[in-house]
Amino acid sequence: MILARIVGTVVATRKDPRLVSTKLLVARPMDPHGKAEGTYLVAVDTVDAGVGETVLIVSGSSARMASGMKDCPVDAAIVGIVDTVDM
Amino acid sequence: MQLARVIGNVVATRKDESLAGLKLLLLQPLGADGSDAGRTLVAVDAAGAGVGETVFFVRGKEASFPFYPTEVPADAGIVGIVDHWDLG
Repeated sequence: MILARIVGTVVATRKDPRLVSTKLLVARPMDPHGKAEGTYLVAVDTVDAGVGETVLIVSGSSARMASGMKDCPVDAAIVGIVDTVDM
Repeated sequence: MQLARVIGNVVATRKDESLAGLKLLLLQPLGADGSDAGRTLVAVDAAGAGVGETVFFVRGKEASFPFYPTEVPADAGIVGIVDHWDLG
């Protein structure tokens, strides 16, 4: 999983039927110190995250194991809201 | 599988219910000479690892296999603690 900060939302009216009523957020991956790295990605939200929060994103086929995402066409899912990172 | 050093703990109160009770650790992948190689990542712990230890971890869906039949949404999982390693 990677750490990321939520920076925005995505609205898509026309999409795969299995994505109807999912929440899509734009996330910026970051290092443990909070420095942004890599490119932005769109992730489906399963934990009610919001803009500005630090989250845990699971990628690849594992994203389908997030709550309610079985058989959905997703490759990135937000599965946790990070409280703290102790180094 | 890949070698890494455990460099921290991640605490998340609100998370996927399948992740409840699991330990989330911050990993720094290692190169052949033991130096840092690549981006840090967060992994679920299936081996009882702790900060400062060298471990090996799996990537992808296999990360959830230690917790079977629970389908844990994880793409990286620690499956062993390294006692020692050498390159011959």
